[in-house]
Amino acid sequence: MKMTSIDRLLLLLMGLLAGYQVAVGIDGLGTVPITAYTIGFGVLLVAGLLMVILGFEVLDSPIVVIVSTIIPLSISLGLVWEHLASYRTSYLLFTLIGFAAVSFTRSLPIKNKLPTIIIAIVHGVAGMTIFLLPSILAANGTMNPLFALVGLGGAMIGLGGLLLSFLKAGKPIVPRETILKILPGLLMLMTACFVAGFKFG
Amino acid sequence: MTTTAKPSSMPFSVKFAQFWTLIKPLQTGLLLATGVAGYMSAHGTVDLALLLVMSASLFLSISGSTIMNMWHDHDIDAKMKRTKKRPAASGELTRAEVFTVGMAITTLGVGWAVAIDPLYGVVVFAGWFFDVVVYTLWLKRRTCWSILWGGISGAMPILAGRVLAVGEIEIIGLLLAAAVLFWIPTHTLTFSIKFADDYNAAGVPTFPSTYGLDTTRAVIALSSIIAAASIGVAGVMIGVQAGVMRLLVVLSSGLLLLSFATVFRPSERVNFSLFKYASLYMLISMILLSV
Repeated sequence: MKMTSIDRLLLLLMGLLAGYQVAVGIDGLGTVPITAYTIGFGVLLVAGLLMVILGFEVLDSPIVVIVSTIIPLSISLGLVWEHLASYRTSYLLFTLIGFAAVSFTRSLPIKNKLPTIIIAIVHGVAGMTIFLLPSILAANGTMNPLFALVGLGGAMIGLGGLLLSFLKAGKPIVPRETILKILPGLLMLMTACFVAGFKFG
Repeated sequence: MTTTAKPSSMPFSVKFAQFWTLIKPLQTGLLLATGVAGYMSAHGTVDLALLLVMSASLFLSISGSTIMNMWHDHDIDAKMKRTKKRPAASGELTRAEVFTVGMAITTLGVGWAVAIDPLYGVVVFAGWFFDVVVYTLWLKRRTCWSILWGGISGAMPILAGRVLAVGEIEIIGLLLAAAVLFWIPTHTLTFSIKFADDYNAAGVPTFPSTYGLDTTRAVIALSSIIAAASIGVAGVMIGVQAGVMRLLVVLSSGLLLLSFATVFRPSERVNFSLFKYASLYMLISMILLSV
């Protein structure tokens, strides 16, 4: 499917927002959160630029599933490190093992359902962490109510990840054209929610 | 039967449009941006008037060298599909007028540069000299290594901008120049792969025709990596903010990823992606080093 000018504009906006977050939005945090957010938003930035350059064809690459795992894993790690101090080490381990497991199972010609189960667990835990943690922190007053926008971004990343995963698995929930039609807008909105949530939350 | 107006009898607006295409506005604009970035990278008090005259002199000098290149290469441009419609190659502009305008713009640009600051003027002139005399007149039709000199020429605007800001040729300026120098093969070698038939038809020696595709792709990847490393080191030495450095690292990672893909999963599409990404990378890096 050919990418429209609006799609490119939305992806460029997403790249700009992600770039802003890397350069400005995470200043003053600790080393691990800065590294985690830099990786997460950095992947978003580079992915946005590559999609602008290559079009939707870039999504056909088998590396997309592995790369798209990095985004929720790293953003959720940053959140846990900042707000759930007692889970830091265990979540860091989950992140590293989860990423290794996704990379490993996606690189080998495994015929059973293991790769799908692994990706469902990794995406599921990371996505729920990004969705629930900011929402709870905003709801109980620990953080500014606008921090819930990060949770909203998490919900969108979950939706986007789900759509892409099923598309890559050859069993799209909605037609490929529909997914590609909404993807640039969804990615831009998701990034905007993250940036606004981190800035105003 | 259709008739075509003689070059000399064309209205000024038509002539202007033809000369405008002759200066390769995008390429000239990008090189000019590197010059501005070189100046801004000093992070001193920005003298807007100086920046303006620097940009004007640089624009004229780069445009002059590009027109001179078109003047000399009109014959090989005419043999290549990609370039045969250029006004100097197609005959829409006469060789004499292309030469006259090229030399006039050059003289104005380089002269203005020398008047602004002698050392800055020398660097600007060096860029013109390497492009017109060494690359175009001497080496382009003899050896594929001519692109090295074309690259050195392309690296001069950023060095010139830096020199004008700091008053000397120093290590940061040389690193910035190296970044542009090693970015240029990504551009020229990708074109030489994509338009290999054109270059062969015109008898211009290129890396792919001399060393093969694999070596050319490896050179493209390696030069991209060196360009990214040069920008990184220059960024550290300039003392850019941590956030800007993070952004440079992220963007450089994308460049490295595509460079590796060029070598290990070679295809024309990957190659062209690296070329496009590298251009975008260079532009963004220049902006980041300036802020």
